[in-house]
Amino acid sequence: METKKTHIIKTKNLSIGYSSKKDTNTIASNLNIEVSSGKFICLLGQNGIGKSTLLRTLTKVQPELNGEIEINGVSLNNLTNLELAKSLSLVLTERLPENNLSVFELVALGRQPHTNWIGYLTSEDLKIINEAFHKTNTQHLMNMKYYELSDGQLQKVLIARALTQNTAIIILDEPTAHLDIHHTIETFTLLKKLAKDFNKTVIVSTHEINLALQLADELWLMNASKFVSGSTDELISNNSVSELFKSDLISFNKTLKQFTISNSQ
Amino acid sequence: MLQTKSYKNTFAILFIALIIVTIINISLGSVYIPFKQVLAVFLNQDVDNESWNTIILNLRLPKAITAIIVGSGLSISGLLMQTIFRNPLAGPFVLGISSGASLGVAILILGASFLGANIMSYSFTTWGLAVAASIGAFFVLASVMIAAVKVRNTMSILIIGLMFGSLTSAVISILAYFSSAAQLQQFMFWSFGSLGNLNWNEILSLFIIFSIGILLIVFIIKPLNGLLIGENYARSLGINVKRTRNITLIATSILTGVITAFAGPIAFIGLAVPHIAKLLFTTSNHKTLIPAVAINGAIIMLICDSISQLPSSEYMLPINAITSIFGAPIIIWLLVRKRKIHY
Repeated sequence: METKKTHIIKTKNLSIGYSSKKDTNTIASNLNIEVSSGKFICLLGQNGIGKSTLLRTLTKVQPELNGEIEINGVSLNNLTNLELAKSLSLVLTERLPENNLSVFELVALGRQPHTNWIGYLTSEDLKIINEAFHKTNTQHLMNMKYYELSDGQLQKVLIARALTQNTAIIILDEPTAHLDIHHTIETFTLLKKLAKDFNKTVIVSTHEINLALQLADELWLMNASKFVSGSTDELISNNSVSELFKSDLISFNKTLKQFTISNSQ
Repeated sequence: MLQTKSYKNTFAILFIALIIVTIINISLGSVYIPFKQVLAVFLNQDVDNESWNTIILNLRLPKAITAIIVGSGLSISGLLMQTIFRNPLAGPFVLGISSGASLGVAILILGASFLGANIMSYSFTTWGLAVAASIGAFFVLASVMIAAVKVRNTMSILIIGLMFGSLTSAVISILAYFSSAAQLQQFMFWSFGSLGNLNWNEILSLFIIFSIGILLIVFIIKPLNGLLIGENYARSLGINVKRTRNITLIATSILTGVITAFAGPIAFIGLAVPHIAKLLFTTSNHKTLIPAVAINGAIIMLICDSISQLPSSEYMLPINAITSIFGAPIIIWLLVRKRKIHY
């Protein structure tokens, strides 16, 4: 009973995929995931393997096919959108629609689940917004319009928006997809810091394998046949990582904790 | 320091402008009334000519109030559509909502001969027109929204709206073909748009329905702001996206429908005014934008109406011509500017 409480996210025999009247397309099944708070988790896998589907299911964007998801011990389906918004925030890959929002207004929108019917920001709200700017080191961008930001700046601002929502869990779908190496590393270290210093559970789907191996507390590995989760070191030592991209082209170097181009043959 | 910018000064200036424009609007008309006498009427002083009193209080003041309601109502509808469709070119006219309202009215006026004489007697009451126009507006807006769920591309949605517009025009043409000359004339006059045909009772009806629409909108200001960053983010903020869409659908069809019923299909105001307001206020926050758009819409509608009076004191230009001359260039400018900024 005690251990149950410590799991901020827990899935039981979860199946994910798409179903229509005619048929069901199961992408992965029998997922039993347990996440404790304050962990930085990276979800790795090839393109099209179902990483986004898994994240969409965990965030209630699409329904699960089977099994159950619990957030803080409560079944996801028993949570209203508003309750979920108070425990889980998102950073998505989609482009923001064109409008005149300033960076401050964009970040302040994260307070919506907590504000009154007209969205009035109390001094407490303003304090939390201000803290989010400080944590992400983006105060100087506050008065700009969001469309004036570079991709790297926008990503940090979107993370600040998620922080403003003040949730225990932050889920990010490929946050570094358009970023150069500098901003990619900056984003990853920021996420790691949020998990470590502020006890956030951060789940990131990513293709930055080498960075994930260095920084993640836990890995979720997805390939066509199975799903494995566990601490990074454990998954490296039991060869789960090296099996992730099995091909003649690349091989995994356990001592360097890196994938390298195979020089055999 | 951290709060979003306050626009008290801009609002104050706009409010003064609104009052000035209203007074100018009222002093213009087919009968020349000296400006001092206009003021005298409002200050309840003696007026040289008793008929001036009647002209101002029963003709020009109702028209000015109609202009204010029509201008602000259409502009707010346009703003909401631009947010919901995530499209700067959305508006009641472009998306075919006004055409839908026209279709409702056309079926009532022109289709009366098909439907039988008993409906005829009812059809020309203003309430009959209002209901018909609102249903027509609702029908088209709902269709466009259903299409918008399937088609994500914003340009396609505009084209779908345009097609609905053409479709309703086609049905109206067919109805017109089978109608009597008298019916046709009545419909044509209605379709030119007119702010001056309302008596005080009708204005009261218009105002009540307008207030209901606005009241609905006040309750969705917060979710509308959330929707500015896209539907998925909005949902992740706990917003009931479907309900917000539905309320917007109902509120905008009420506003557009009832305004079109009383004043005819007024072009371009709903599309152009939100952009003027966004230029003045440089924010997307609906808490600021909705009142801003309303006051701008009222001012611009009053100006358009004044212009339609100006060229000759004998004749009045159709209001629709003025709003189109004013609105069409703004759309062209928007398209050119949009390319510059985002591509």
